[in-house]
Amino acid sequence: MSAKPKDRTDIATGLLLMAAAVFFGWQTMGLEIGTSLRMGPGYFPMVLSGLLFLLGLLVFLKAFGREDEPFGKVAWRGMAFILPAPVFFGLTVRGLGFVPALFLAALIAAQASTRLKPLHGLVLAVIVTIASTLIFSYGLGLPFRRFGPWLQF
Amino acid sequence: MDLLNNLALGFSVASSLANMAFCLIGVILGTLIGVLPGIGATATIAMLLPITFQLEPVSSLIMLAGIYYGAQYGGSTTAILINMPGESSSAVTAIDGYQMARKGRAGTALATAAIGSFFAGTVATFLVAIFAPPLTTIALKFGAAEYFSLMVMGLVMSVALAHGSVLKALAMVVLGLLLGLVGTDIYTGAPRFTLGITQYADGLNFVALAVGVFGIAEILRNLEDEHDREVMTKNINRLFPTREELRQMVGPVLRGTAVGSVLGILPGGGAILASFASYTVEKKISKHPEEFGKGALAGVAGPESANNAGAQTSFIPLLTLGIPANPVMALMIGAMIIQGIVPGPNVVTEQPALFWGIIASMWIGNLMLVVLNLPLIGLWVKLLTVPYYILFPIIMAMCSIGVYSVASNTFDLYAVAFFGLLGYLMSKLRCEPAPLLLGFVLGPLLEENLRRAMILSRGDPTTFITRPISATLLLLTAAVLVLVFLPQIRKRRDEVFTESDA
Repeated sequence: MSAKPKDRTDIATGLLLMAAAVFFGWQTMGLEIGTSLRMGPGYFPMVLSGLLFLLGLLVFLKAFGREDEPFGKVAWRGMAFILPAPVFFGLTVRGLGFVPALFLAALIAAQASTRLKPLHGLVLAVIVTIASTLIFSYGLGLPFRRFGPWLQF
Repeated sequence: MDLLNNLALGFSVASSLANMAFCLIGVILGTLIGVLPGIGATATIAMLLPITFQLEPVSSLIMLAGIYYGAQYGGSTTAILINMPGESSSAVTAIDGYQMARKGRAGTALATAAIGSFFAGTVATFLVAIFAPPLTTIALKFGAAEYFSLMVMGLVMSVALAHGSVLKALAMVVLGLLLGLVGTDIYTGAPRFTLGITQYADGLNFVALAVGVFGIAEILRNLEDEHDREVMTKNINRLFPTREELRQMVGPVLRGTAVGSVLGILPGGGAILASFASYTVEKKISKHPEEFGKGALAGVAGPESANNAGAQTSFIPLLTLGIPANPVMALMIGAMIIQGIVPGPNVVTEQPALFWGIIASMWIGNLMLVVLNLPLIGLWVKLLTVPYYILFPIIMAMCSIGVYSVASNTFDLYAVAFFGLLGYLMSKLRCEPAPLLLGFVLGPLLEENLRRAMILSRGDPTTFITRPISATLLLLTAAVLVLVFLPQIRKRRDEVFTESDA
């Protein structure tokens, strides 16, 4: 470890911001820049990408010579189960239909906590599904298919 | 007597049985979610937003206003009872409120918060009704250059009022602006940043961004460390304050209302600043400054009033200029646009029923809060004891349904997951989400006005400094930026925010 203090969080932040700026800048390459009188679709994004890169660089440079703050715990388990829930719902809501897709999404999300026992998670998912179906599908009349084409035999 | 006529119109709209019911449902739902620990008003509104889209515009915005007040009050309840403010504006309430609760005066603290909020809300509602219409006439004189400069000012102010590093907050604004540009360019029809995915041609879904960055990121943060909470449920004494306590309340509430009303109008999140400012004022003029931090009544009454007054008057820039003053107003603007209303000076003349209906419903929402929440406090407190692991699967299901119901676009659900990850990453890297959301909402508007201003001035960029209103706004912006970077102010600003974190 080097003797000089540095704020690792801000180093990472600066690098990520610059990476984002490069990504947006690269995406504007195909767009017409135009002139400042008649700005093309690429003009404003190009300016912003440049600005973002500059800010990222400043954050990066200022990170040196400063003490790091503790990063804290990371919710790996939370990320592993919370984030897939809406994605899974999105992938299956058309095919399986609203009711099974929601049930499975709630079941996935319920796994995010170590404290919820599997059986309780199952019960909770069933309750959530029934309540949501009653409220959103029957009550508010949202135009979702309750059971989709994948389940029609 | 235009004002009275207008208010009468507003109340006739807002007090229709259906709209009252929606307002009531909004307040209940808002409190229900807002009272959950660690979930602030912004996250609550983001999650409940989609529910309102099924209604017609007036009812939907009235319900949203109800949700807002409910969420705010719910946040204060959590701050007082378990010292877990969901939002920086209720962080100030937590300092003395929690201490009051520990001393067995939780009931008094809760009642003080409600009464202070109600009084401040009533005054601020009148202020909105008085000042919004004349401001719209000024707003009608605004050209593209003025709008551009005003939005730049709003964005810079939001940076100045954000926690932590100014540089990072600026970066978040720029990132938000870029994300706001995703979709089809309005002038040429060229797709931008869509990665070839046609489902994103209309831009990224605003609800998906808000739910992801605020809602899901909050859930992940809460899952980092699952532990039991200490809830001050046993200590709720009688609710209604004594005459002596009422007398002590008057001064702080009045001062808080004044401070909050003025600061709330500022673009960029004045309401947050308001509760800090009020706390500082009360501490300075108090005869017993040593009581602050140990359960001073004034430390709850002042900031809570200031917060609510500020929240109310921040509707002024939204309703007159169509410029959101803070993340919550950004959510409101998103809701209006989805309902097909373009927020701005024309709303008051073209849709007076909507305009005055919202103003009247603000007051009704406030009233319902007092009538409903104080007697029901026992119920909300019970809710605090529901374990978190039961709540978040329910919240995730609601978010998924809500986001999907906006446009039945499954790609919005993928965007929610992405923004949830982004929001969590941002919180780990100590970047504030509020400037990002403001940037996202203002991105397209900012670009459109910039382009229009440049065409109008025939490509002459000095148009922004030769037009007097625009020049003043830019000058103010520059002044704020300079102030924020001055070493002394910076130190002071850090102190204020550290105090609230403690």
